[in-house]
Amino acid sequence: MINYLPRYILSFVILVLIQVLLLNNVQFSGYLNPYIYILFLLSLPFETPKWGLLALGFVLGISVDLFTHTVGMHASACVFMAFMRPFVLRSVEPRDGYQLETYPSVRDYGFRWYFRYAGILILLHHLFLFYVEVFKMDLFFQTLARALLSGLFSLILILLIKVFIKK
Amino acid sequence: MHNLLRFLLKYHFVLLFILFEALALTLLLQNNNYQNTRFVQFTRTLKGKFYEQGMEIEQYLRLQEKNEKLREENEYLRNFIASNLQQQPDTFRKKVDTTHNQQYYYLTARVINNSVNKQHNYITLDQGSAQGVEPEMGVISSDGIVGVVQGVSENFSTVISLLNSELRVSAELSASGYYGPLNWTGGDYRYARLMDIPLHARLSQGDTVTTSGYSAIFPEGVPIGYVEDFEEKGGRFYEVQVRLSTDFKKLNTVYVVKNLLKEEQNQLEKEVKQ
Repeated sequence: MINYLPRYILSFVILVLIQVLLLNNVQFSGYLNPYIYILFLLSLPFETPKWGLLALGFVLGISVDLFTHTVGMHASACVFMAFMRPFVLRSVEPRDGYQLETYPSVRDYGFRWYFRYAGILILLHHLFLFYVEVFKMDLFFQTLARALLSGLFSLILILLIKVFIKK
Repeated sequence: MHNLLRFLLKYHFVLLFILFEALALTLLLQNNNYQNTRFVQFTRTLKGKFYEQGMEIEQYLRLQEKNEKLREENEYLRNFIASNLQQQPDTFRKKVDTTHNQQYYYLTARVINNSVNKQHNYITLDQGSAQGVEPEMGVISSDGIVGVVQGVSENFSTVISLLNSELRVSAELSASGYYGPLNWTGGDYRYARLMDIPLHARLSQGDTVTTSGYSAIFPEGVPIGYVEDFEEKGGRFYEVQVRLSTDFKKLNTVYVVKNLLKEEQNQLEKEVKQ
C-alpha cells in the first residue's frame, strides 16, 4: 500500500491536469463532455477505508472544480460516486471474492468485470453531475441523453487507458 | 453515550457521506449564481405554499372583521362616485371612459406571511409574476401604504415592509405640502420617523401624512399616518414622529399598485439627467 502512495498521487495530478487542460475543451455538439478524472477513484485499492474514499472523492472533485469555476459541482458528484463504490464492488464481486494484493483493474479481474464495474460507477457519476449542473427537471430527457452519451464516451476513454497503460 | 458512539461507528460511512455531500452542495449554492437563483426560487415557492395553508385558516377566523372593512371601503367608494357625478352639469351626459388617462392599476392580493418584530420585516403575497406583479411596485392597503415589492416568483411575491429600516419613502404633510423622507427606525411597529421638515412649517398633532407622489412607486396622497410628535433636530429641521395608519399586525387584503406611466417618467428623468 505504502509503495503505491507516490504512484497514486502522481496519477491524481496527471488525471486532473488531463481533465482540465485537455478534455474540458472537448465538446462535441454540446452533448459529449467526457470526464476521465474519476479513473482515480475507480483504481483505488480494495482496502481503502470508506472514509478515505469520501475524503478523496471530495478533494478530487474540488480540484477539478477550482479549474472550471463550478465550486462544489464535481465535488458533490465525486462524493456520491465514492459513496456508491463499495456497494457496486459488492454487487459485481466475482464468485471467489477479491484477492489480497490485487487491484480493481483489467489485469487482475478481466475486461468483462472491469467493464461492468467502471460502467456502473461512471454512469452514476455522470447522472449526478449533469442533473446538478442543470438543476431542474424541465429538461429531464435532454439531460439524460447528455449524461448517457458522455458517460459512454468517458467509459470508452477510460477502458482505452486501462488496456493500453497497464499499471 | 456508549450507544451513541456505537451508532456513529456503525453508520459512519453514511453519516460522512451526508456530511461531505452537504458541504459540496453548500459550496455549490454559495458560489454558483445559476444554481443559487434556482434554489432561492424553489424555496420561495415552497415557503409561499406553506404560509398560504396557514393563512387560509387564519383568514377564516377573521372573516367578520374583513367583511366590516370591505363594507367600509365600499361605502367610501360609492360616496366618492356620487360626489363626482354631482359636479357634472346636468345638460351634458358624462362620458364614462375608465381607461382614459388612467395612471395606476390596482391588483388585489392577500398577505400570506408577515412579521413586525424584526429590524428588516418582509411580507409575502399570494400574487406573483403570473398575475403581473413586478419588483419595485408599491403595495398599499385600504388604510395606507404597506411596502414595496422586492422579488417575485410565479405565484408569490415578497414585499419589503414599511417596517424595514432599509425602506425609505417620500412623504408629505398634506396640510402644508412640505415633504421629506420617511422611514421606520426599528422598535415600535406603530411609529415611523419623518425627517427634513423645515422649521418654518406649521405642524400640529394629528396632521395627516401622505405619500408625495415624487417617486414613481406610489400614487400621490395615499395615507401614511398622522403626526404624533415633533421636535427640532440640528437647529434646521423638524424630526416628526408619525403614527402609521396601517396596522401591520392586522394586514390582510392589500393592493399592488402598477404605475402604467412609470417607464415613461423614468425614461424622461434619465434623459434630463444626461
